[in-house]
Amino acid sequence: MPAAFLALFFVYPLVSIVASVLGDVSPGTVLGDRRLRDVIWFTTWQAVVSTALTLLLGLPAAYLLARFRFPGRSALRVASLVAFVLPTVVVGTAFAGSRPSLVALFAAHVFFNLAVIVRMVGGFWSQLDPAYEDMAAEMGATGIRRLIDVSLPLARPAIVGAATLVFLFTFTSFGVALLLAGPSRPTIEVEIFRQTSQLLNLPVAAALTLVQLVIVSALLWVTSATESRAGVRQRIVSSADAARAPRTRGEVVFVAVAAPMLALATLGPPLRLVWRSIRTPAGFTLARYLELGSVREGSALPISALDAVATSLGVAAGAATIALVVGALAAWVVAGSAHGSWLRGLSAVPLGVSAVTVGFGYVVAFDAGALDLRGSIWLVVAAQAVVAVPFVVRLVEPVLTSAGGELREQSAALGASPWQTARDVIVPVASRAVLGAAAFAFAVALGEFGATAFVARLDSPTMPIAIVRLLSQPGAASIGQATAMSVMLMAVTAAVTVAIDHFRVGAFGRI
Amino acid sequence: MIPRIAAPVLVAAAVVAAGCSEDGPVGDGPQPQGTVTLLTHDSFDVSSSVVRAFERESGIDLRIVPGGDAGQLVNRAILTAGNPEGDVLFGVDDNLFPTAVESGVFEPYESPELARVEDRFELDPTHAVTPVDHGDVCLNVDLDWFADHGLPPPTGLDDLTDPAYRGLTVVENPATSTPGLAFVLATIARFGDDGWRGYWSDLRANDVRVVDGWEQAYFGEFSGAGGGEGERPIVVSYATSPVAEVVLSEESLEAAPTAAVTESCYRQVEFAGVLAGSEHPEQARQVIDFLLSKRFQEDVPLRMFVFPVVEDAELPPEFARWAEEPEAPLALPPERVAAERDAWVRAWTDLMFG
Repeated sequence: MPAAFLALFFVYPLVSIVASVLGDVSPGTVLGDRRLRDVIWFTTWQAVVSTALTLLLGLPAAYLLARFRFPGRSALRVASLVAFVLPTVVVGTAFAGSRPSLVALFAAHVFFNLAVIVRMVGGFWSQLDPAYEDMAAEMGATGIRRLIDVSLPLARPAIVGAATLVFLFTFTSFGVALLLAGPSRPTIEVEIFRQTSQLLNLPVAAALTLVQLVIVSALLWVTSATESRAGVRQRIVSSADAARAPRTRGEVVFVAVAAPMLALATLGPPLRLVWRSIRTPAGFTLARYLELGSVREGSALPISALDAVATSLGVAAGAATIALVVGALAAWVVAGSAHGSWLRGLSAVPLGVSAVTVGFGYVVAFDAGALDLRGSIWLVVAAQAVVAVPFVVRLVEPVLTSAGGELREQSAALGASPWQTARDVIVPVASRAVLGAAAFAFAVALGEFGATAFVARLDSPTMPIAIVRLLSQPGAASIGQATAMSVMLMAVTAAVTVAIDHFRVGAFGRI
Repeated sequence: MIPRIAAPVLVAAAVVAAGCSEDGPVGDGPQPQGTVTLLTHDSFDVSSSVVRAFERESGIDLRIVPGGDAGQLVNRAILTAGNPEGDVLFGVDDNLFPTAVESGVFEPYESPELARVEDRFELDPTHAVTPVDHGDVCLNVDLDWFADHGLPPPTGLDDLTDPAYRGLTVVENPATSTPGLAFVLATIARFGDDGWRGYWSDLRANDVRVVDGWEQAYFGEFSGAGGGEGERPIVVSYATSPVAEVVLSEESLEAAPTAAVTESCYRQVEFAGVLAGSEHPEQARQVIDFLLSKRFQEDVPLRMFVFPVVEDAELPPEFARWAEEPEAPLALPPERVAAERDAWVRAWTDLMFG
């Protein structure tokens, strides 16, 4: 069943894209066109810069949260996770100025991806036995030297993994790039969307998709290779042991400087969004929130904002359900298989294959005969489910593998049937992870923009689509309404994320 | 939280709903004819009284759904040809309709109202699309700026390459902007296949500024826009922009602060058509007739700042006073534009950014 779903709604659209490219244009068309080469070049260097900046700010943040105990630490951890889960459209709205700006683009990318560094590198550091550093200290190494000679080198696999992931996310940036970089500086994703929706140049869009697919696959392959090479295990301890109050003067200064900066970086943009939603030149007002229930005359939206909320909640619930079933079953297969790592790599492919590619694939694939699903809301549901599946797999599978393997053997040794084992042992262990994954899939679907942008109907937009439609229309009223909707979407997502954190699933334990 | 916000909304909705239902059975209007969805671009605007009058007389419930700019709207329609998101589409222009018609987006319909439409707007002999309005793309100049600087405003395309006008012009990128494309087409119509590239090289040498969209050009760069912050006194905009400056101005103006350069205008006609696969083709055709009705045609000038296409429509006094309708704008055959547009835009991009 999960295989059939993924075959129809993921593999088939991709094959359709590839087939259409083979029929019409050669990849040479893309590489031969100077403008498209520029697009690829811009996409690459902005991703490099974004990744570097994220590392620069993310590593101190990760070290801070992993190593030191201080007031507000857990709140900051959750805040950085919330930032990662926030819909791109919301972040775009929060960082948007009056003009397109690369600075805003970089800032938004850093804001988003800090959590990746904090979770992956910080997760590593918080489990690293402090004895390594203590030993170095006894041998006379100063704080900085310990960091450079011990903590950073030990964490290198985690840093490389996190950096690759950040590069991947910023390389395939769509919603943020669309809103912040401006039409003259498109990323590959934005260009695919533009070639499709504005120029109707499907062959070029398909060729670009292919270029993107090749680059992303190569990156994913490198990631999984480094992941398996990082097999050397350091002595790890539970995170409670690794974190302690700052001791030396240097450490106190570090915490005193870094913690407020991190708070500003993760809480500033959301607060700015709230501020902008209630401020008008005439003063403070809640009018924009009260307007959300009605259709404004001359608005780019044929429906009220609350209608969009209803659409979003319905579609996201459907998508999360499908993603949960498909993802959990896939995780079960991966965890129980001898070829686990290979299958896991395969399930990660949709993570790398951008949402835009999925959406564009739907446009190409579902347009004729029995599969003419154009305009169907189910296409939106399927698209969001496909985008959410890899997250579910990655949240559920590690739990099944680690808990499942050992427990399964013990349970079998005690004479339990496989069914009993599953019911009495695996399910209780995994249910936490499954609940967390369901919430995560829901949050991802709720904020999904890249794929939905291609398949949502004009008369029933989801919240992110509605927000972008409003932002594309000039006038303070539209922008005000867009900020208010963004705040609402942010609130829902934040609530879901806090719930995820409550379930304590290691969101990025294995990405 | 949610109930507290929702409560007044629900009350408001109930009141509106109650108001609506009173309209229905009271008059002796026709039988309800169901809902017709009109897909339009974001700039579409019509007085609600005009729509309500049509709904009352026809029994049709008209639902207006905007779908982005004209290009996005038409491309959506092409991608969903035969399985449309609505019944009628308004907003396809003379540059876009040949591709859409060829893709089978529209069901031909020859409206009896076409008899009242000036012949020069009937560009589609198959009647897949019906002309509804025209709003030509023209250079606009800031009259005060030129008066202050003792320089005569340009009178045509040729002046822009004159060193006296160096660094004064802002245009839109034809790859991202409809008026930007129209202006490039104007130069091709004016200077021909051989001359237009040379003209743009000269413009580039004369420090023309290129921006992505009309908003940015008009309000961001043009010095003549009310409430704008720009510094350049020449911009690519519309024939009706000067009258819009007067009508939309917060203070009452005696004369328009800007003027369109009539010699530079390029024809832009907007069409509507019945979408193939519509579930209400008969009602959809009535909507086309409505778009050509005297009431609608006389309403659009001040709502969308365009000119009507029917001969018997009277222009509002503001238009009569401040708008100059270009009688013979520059134009190219729509089929030729459809076939060569991409190549032209590419050539232009190489020329200006290469």
